[in-house]
Amino acid sequence: MFNFIIKRIGIAIPTLLILIALSFYLMHAAPGGPFTSERPLPAQVLANIEAKYGLDQPVWNQMTNYIWGILTEFDFGPSYKYHDRSVNDIIGQGFPITMKYGFWSFIVAIGVGIPLGAIAAIKKNTWIDYLAVGISIGAQVLPNFVMAPLLIIVFTLWLGWLPGGGWNGGSWEYLIMPVIALSTSYMASIARITRSSILEVLNTNYIRTAKSKGLPTKTIFFRHVLKPSLLPVISYLGPAFVGLITGSVLIDIYFSTGGMGYFFVNSAFNRDYSVMMGITILVGGLTIIFSLIVDLLYAWVDPKIRY
Amino acid sequence: MNYFPKSLAVGFVLASFASASVLAATHPVTGETLADDQTFTYSLLDEFTSVDPQIVEDVSGSAFVRDLFEGLMNQDADGNLIPGVATGFTTNDAKDVYTFTLRDNAMWSDGNPVTAHDFVYSWRRLADPATASPYSWFAEIMALENVGGVMSGEASPDTLGITALDNHTLEVRLTASLPYFAAMTTHASTFPTPEWVVRTSGNDWTKPENIVSNGAYILTEHIPNERAVRERNTMYWNNDATILDKVVTLVINDENVDLTRYLAGELDMGTVPSGQYLRLKEDYPDEATSFPRLCTYYYTFNLSPSGQEAYQDVRVRQALSYAVDRSVVTEKILQAGQIQAFTFTPGATAGFEVPPVAFGQMTQDERNAKAKELMAEAGYGSDNPLNIELMYNTSEGHKKIAIAVQQMWKETLGVKATLANQEWKTFLKTRGSQNFDVARGGWCGDYNEASTFLDLLTTPSGYNDGKFSNAEVDELMLEARTLSDATANYTRVEEILANEMPVIPVYHYTGVFMLKSNVKGWPYDNVEQNWYSRDLYKVSK
Repeated sequence: MFNFIIKRIGIAIPTLLILIALSFYLMHAAPGGPFTSERPLPAQVLANIEAKYGLDQPVWNQMTNYIWGILTEFDFGPSYKYHDRSVNDIIGQGFPITMKYGFWSFIVAIGVGIPLGAIAAIKKNTWIDYLAVGISIGAQVLPNFVMAPLLIIVFTLWLGWLPGGGWNGGSWEYLIMPVIALSTSYMASIARITRSSILEVLNTNYIRTAKSKGLPTKTIFFRHVLKPSLLPVISYLGPAFVGLITGSVLIDIYFSTGGMGYFFVNSAFNRDYSVMMGITILVGGLTIIFSLIVDLLYAWVDPKIRY
Repeated sequence: MNYFPKSLAVGFVLASFASASVLAATHPVTGETLADDQTFTYSLLDEFTSVDPQIVEDVSGSAFVRDLFEGLMNQDADGNLIPGVATGFTTNDAKDVYTFTLRDNAMWSDGNPVTAHDFVYSWRRLADPATASPYSWFAEIMALENVGGVMSGEASPDTLGITALDNHTLEVRLTASLPYFAAMTTHASTFPTPEWVVRTSGNDWTKPENIVSNGAYILTEHIPNERAVRERNTMYWNNDATILDKVVTLVINDENVDLTRYLAGELDMGTVPSGQYLRLKEDYPDEATSFPRLCTYYYTFNLSPSGQEAYQDVRVRQALSYAVDRSVVTEKILQAGQIQAFTFTPGATAGFEVPPVAFGQMTQDERNAKAKELMAEAGYGSDNPLNIELMYNTSEGHKKIAIAVQQMWKETLGVKATLANQEWKTFLKTRGSQNFDVARGGWCGDYNEASTFLDLLTTPSGYNDGKFSNAEVDELMLEARTLSDATANYTRVEEILANEMPVIPVYHYTGVFMLKSNVKGWPYDNVEQNWYSRDLYKVSK
């Protein structure tokens, strides 16, 4: 197991470096720059700004300086768009927000999705199954850019129960709508994967053997069905978790959370190079870490992988 | 000469009334009963770029900075110049030396007095290449002595033409005669900054825990892209006249959610989503507001060598412009009181009268008939159709207008237009390098004067992406700079443009917003919409 982890980390570092180099190159290849605007800046003004931010140097130098800054001072640079903030400020403020609503969405998605899928599988072809499948398909096809404004109209405008947006330190009433809007489609996917995976396991020979041995249904389900049928769910959860905690631009736009997703997408439009790089590195790093965790979980669940 | 003794006296009387009347909770002038909660909450579609006066670039950020900091001069509800930190100013006959007298009771929020030295520091900071301000060009158009040398790093910032003669007297020396110079000091980039805070906190000086400001409000909370809060600055010299206690800015990126939250009572001021103004005006006549803005929406021909040969023929340019039915764009598509444009400069611009250009006087049928005639003369018709690529920056709104124009050209002139769109920065690059056929443009005035529009179409302008060049226009605009009244020049330039048609003016923008009817004091008549929270108040419902 130790060797396995070392090997994975050995692959992760060059992967991250390639990601940085590629993003840096692609970013600079996009037309325009952070200070391109409808009113082109006078040459002297632009030269002063580029000198201040080191944008007048060759891209290769800019990249090595950037990486050096991160390694030595953990400095991801200044934002070119939000002049009062550094990238560290933006991530430091946005990431905890995103992580909070992302984490709760994850809990809700699993907490509702797995039981829903399991019940549907156990009660296959009954009204309970149809209802559960109906709910999950409904949740899947309702995109969050439709769901979010609808929630606001219902809970804020009509009922007046919840604030229509904002964050307020993440108190619960500000958290409910973002979590519902973000978790539903994940919940639906988890329910469907769980259902089909349990059905597959239920049809295997060893379950038939267990049944013929006369084991109680409960024991069969919790001891022999659940664990193997969660394998596909786990492989889905790793990337889903990273996706959830690194933010959704739509949730940030509709609920004005101040989360990181909006900064990420907007930094591409603004050519805010350092913000884009900082968040790319964060998301890339997290993706690598969580795929490692998923692999370890896999090894734990499935002995075939371990040996 | 002192310019403002009368308004100062009025201000003093108002201030003394205000202190007495806050207890009675009625407005000192109108006598209206004030609401108990004087918190004003408004929304922005996007986070502002900065609250540093010398760095801020955007309109919403400038409004924020006007609340936190106070410059030498302010604007009143009609856009007239009134005293700020300066009680008045004098100037010489050549109008190239200005001397401002600063009030002795102006204070920073930490209790330090505001002095002429603070302005010297901030103006030098604006021009200093080390600050790398994207707005440093403003110091250049203010024509401050030595500004070029300072900006290029050849001269020390100490050599800039601004001197504190004593704590309350500021002298500014210019390299050109600028009769309107004092009005430029209402611009955020000229506001004072506290040197001692900038030195100790560096880039973090604008954060709520560090910032020190001299305006009517101080920044107490700022979560980028979520909210920013400013509260009454008790050290402000005219704090007694301020009525709003707290101003909350919420960033709401989606205009429909913005409206929903406004209707749910979370906002005092909100956005009108595009295309919804008429409906909202009907349902909320006291709240939906539309006002003319100093902006023009237009299409520009590529007249450079990389453009189509056809556009060198003035008849083609005229025909394409005539065939655009502006009323369809303003009344059917936009529906928020936009004004059809036949000139490049909006009629709302100060000192500008829209000249009766011939094609603006015709009916659309007459224009269409004339357009067909011109196009035929130029040799284009159904057997030899003109092909056009109409480019705009990606947006639903621009797309709707482009589709309408495409259809108008096709029906009236048989022109085959294809549409192309590009993401904003790519689009700017493409247009700026003359890599287009016909492209969309939008231009908002930097100040309330016609030259801010018409300079764009002169040969040396860096914004002239269509590369239109006309010697007479260049000459008239150059001459306009030295005239005290240049109206005749502007009229003549517009006549030339109507004839030469280097761009197709489509409409002049309007601004729209929703404002609760209990919020009073909004400067509807200030065409630049420079508002100050300290002029607003909420009356009891």
